[in-house]
Amino acid sequence: MMMRQMLRQAAGNVAVPAPSRRSFLKGAGGALVIGAVVPLGGFAAEPAAPGLVGPADPRPNIFVRVAPDNTVTVLVKHLDKGQGIMTGLTTIVAEELDADWAQMRGEHAPADSKLYANHFFGIQGTGGSTAVANSWDELRMAGAAARAMLVAAAAQQWKVPAAQVTVAKGVVAHKASGRSATFGQLAEAASKQPVPAQVALKDRGDYTLIGNETLHRLDHQSKTNGTAIFSMDIRRPGQVTAVIARSPRFGGTLKSVDDKAARAVPGVLEVLTLPVGVAVVARNTWSAMKGREALAIQWDDAKAEKRGTAQILADFREQARKPGAKAARKGDVAAAFKGAAKVVEAEYSFPYLAHAPMEPLNATLELTADGGAEIWAGAQFQGIEQAVVAKVLNTTPEKVKINTLWAGGSFGRRATPGADYMAEVAMVAQALAAKGTKAPVHLVWTREDDIQGGMYRPLVVHRLKAALDKSGKLTAWEQAIVSQSFMVGTAFEGMMIKDGVDAAAVEGASDMAYDVPNLAVDFHLMRSPVTTLWWRSVGHTHTGYAKEAFVEELAAAAGKDSLAFRLELLGDAHPRLSGVLKLAAEKAGWDKPLAAGPAGTKRARGLAVHESFSSFVAHVAEVTVDAGGKIKVDRVVVAVDCGIAVNPNVIKAQIEGGTGFGIGHALRNQITLTDGIVDQNNFDGFEPMRLSDMPDIEVHIMPSQARPTGVGEPGVPTAAPAVANAVFRATGQQLRDLPFSNAGVV
Amino acid sequence: MIELTINGKMHRLDADPDMPLLWAIRDIAGLTGTKYGCGVAQCGACTVHVDGVATRACVLPLEAVAGSTITTIEGLGGDHPVQKAWIEQQVPQCGYCQSGQIMSAAALLAETPKPSDAEIDAAMDGNLCRCGTYPRIKTAIKRAAGIA
Repeated sequence: MMMRQMLRQAAGNVAVPAPSRRSFLKGAGGALVIGAVVPLGGFAAEPAAPGLVGPADPRPNIFVRVAPDNTVTVLVKHLDKGQGIMTGLTTIVAEELDADWAQMRGEHAPADSKLYANHFFGIQGTGGSTAVANSWDELRMAGAAARAMLVAAAAQQWKVPAAQVTVAKGVVAHKASGRSATFGQLAEAASKQPVPAQVALKDRGDYTLIGNETLHRLDHQSKTNGTAIFSMDIRRPGQVTAVIARSPRFGGTLKSVDDKAARAVPGVLEVLTLPVGVAVVARNTWSAMKGREALAIQWDDAKAEKRGTAQILADFREQARKPGAKAARKGDVAAAFKGAAKVVEAEYSFPYLAHAPMEPLNATLELTADGGAEIWAGAQFQGIEQAVVAKVLNTTPEKVKINTLWAGGSFGRRATPGADYMAEVAMVAQALAAKGTKAPVHLVWTREDDIQGGMYRPLVVHRLKAALDKSGKLTAWEQAIVSQSFMVGTAFEGMMIKDGVDAAAVEGASDMAYDVPNLAVDFHLMRSPVTTLWWRSVGHTHTGYAKEAFVEELAAAAGKDSLAFRLELLGDAHPRLSGVLKLAAEKAGWDKPLAAGPAGTKRARGLAVHESFSSFVAHVAEVTVDAGGKIKVDRVVVAVDCGIAVNPNVIKAQIEGGTGFGIGHALRNQITLTDGIVDQNNFDGFEPMRLSDMPDIEVHIMPSQARPTGVGEPGVPTAAPAVANAVFRATGQQLRDLPFSNAGVV
Repeated sequence: MIELTINGKMHRLDADPDMPLLWAIRDIAGLTGTKYGCGVAQCGACTVHVDGVATRACVLPLEAVAGSTITTIEGLGGDHPVQKAWIEQQVPQCGYCQSGQIMSAAALLAETPKPSDAEIDAAMDGNLCRCGTYPRIKTAIKRAAGIA
């Protein structure tokens, strides 16, 4: 079932779960969510540290904890890797609880898929921009139930009818008798109240916290004074640090190692040969790195990728000319091309891309006396990580305790089907213990490991062909998508790949919203030892670009305005897409001329619109192209429809960040190979967007009463094509091969 | 033993003189607010003040800073105008780069109390943020400088 949910999610075809009364009580996957709703017993336990992951609460199955010190802590089952989910989910509880925002705290929940599964996945995990959609019902109910129990406790103490008790800003009151109490004062009595069989949720019109732009995030104090604890900052008594030398070629294996010089490096404690490479264990990070540099290793490249990027790209382009697996079919494409007034063809290519979160991958693992382990990490796929580590250690997942910490970014990298870095740290700790040293191990990936270590956004080629009739109406669309699949070889393969089509590679293309009577989308599954992975907005990173850049070329071929052409193709069937497109265009002044730039420059606007992860986004980019053909993105206007806006400020931050992420990589980022070796190794070769590259960004949120959906990823897909379309409208230059720097315009 | 002052406190560090200041601060002195991001002075996550100057600690050998006065994010005080502006403008997302961003911004304003856009770009371009908090960083610097 988990795979099925995963499939649906990754296919961008999210069916929003609608927990029934029964699922509220029993919880998804059999979890007893009823215990989740309120402070059940043990209030005298430690007060929660503000916004910090502390020792996981020993009591099972809780989402909300009201403490005698009047703090309310929400246990957040999703990883906060910057997207602000700690604040978002806490807001939902606070709203139904009628709490004062100042008393709210957030804490990562302990790892336990029975209690804290993501309902879209069936296990605990964060991804696919699902967190708010997933928790919307259960946390509103949890907050409302906690409120009802506080009210019941007050009514009992004051001997007044519960119906006369009010709650506002964290104060429970009875007006007629003039009595009032804080949540903290009532916490213990409330915990002895029966959990209500039914709770009434607030009317949306009564919200004061949800939709409130002035709320401050829970993590900003600690993230501005150096006290926020990431897994990189964990220091356990006796802790040692490990780095691993891995094959420089993907698919290479260890032939031999001479570790004599490495062992002689001061601070190096041990050198271990593991299935994944050679680990150097040292007293501190610097010694471990120096020790690794001193290793002399021979690798066996018999099964390794030895092609360079040029060859891989050529192979993909050749493949795009062959028939592929059918991802979508509608009407009769061949007949439509025969009757076409105009046929337009284009080919787009997208490079491998590293996620490169600012905090490189790392985790600390300590073997425990029961044969299990305790882990500290920015854990994103706890359900998988527990199982993978358990397998390495030959124990059971319940004995793998994970303390989830703030993660310094992820963009998909920390969620891997094989829990790669978690398996590695377990292997190191185990091998070290076998040598007689049972110490907490901190495994660190260096930035070089990160940039050269694979798990990239796949390299993809799109070949497109479309037909227009005499009136400029789109009559046929043919698309071939050539890519590796990161589902191959994982537990998800069987469910994600059907009849040769990887749903995660064709999302956004096979289900394109534009109305075209004749449609054929093919997928070509390519194989390479180069490892790939989902990357912020997954398939939409390339399908959104190919679709929106090609539609721009079609609008030009049809002689139509970019906005009008898209609105016509969307028709009446996609009001939320049309809505954001019109809103972005209006706010950007699409119908007004753009102010001219300095002499010799050309300026234009470009737009793009796309649905991903059940949210709807449109970008309008304003670009200046100088006399030498170099581009500068001046300003971007974005409209987003993500249903009810839980935290408008957080939503805007995510859309700003997603926009920068989309544009930054399109400008100059690529991972390339020469003879199978990655050419880039750090932020000099793979240079992310810098402050001076960032355009001014204006985000508009579409008012909506629809259920809330995610914003972590949907800001990405349309940002780059809006820029490309602006360049095309300014100069006629088509930016079909990414990054733009390859065309000399950056 | 290498002696240096970190956040007003004298430290005697038993470490390899080649060890970059970053690792000495994090692994020996135990101050983890200063971050590792690249190790080659390309991202600025490790930015600290060495005798008041914003410096990338990841490429600076410990022996080169013997006797120096170091300020890390923990030593900025918590209510520095830059820190206050960062909270007011809701800058951080993942937060990992923000120690370095704040240290660079604080050094900029110490030297140039009313920076121009170009001066902000120049001072801050060495600090990467993968979350894309740049527009808010710019605004926060201007707020801290009292020019916005």
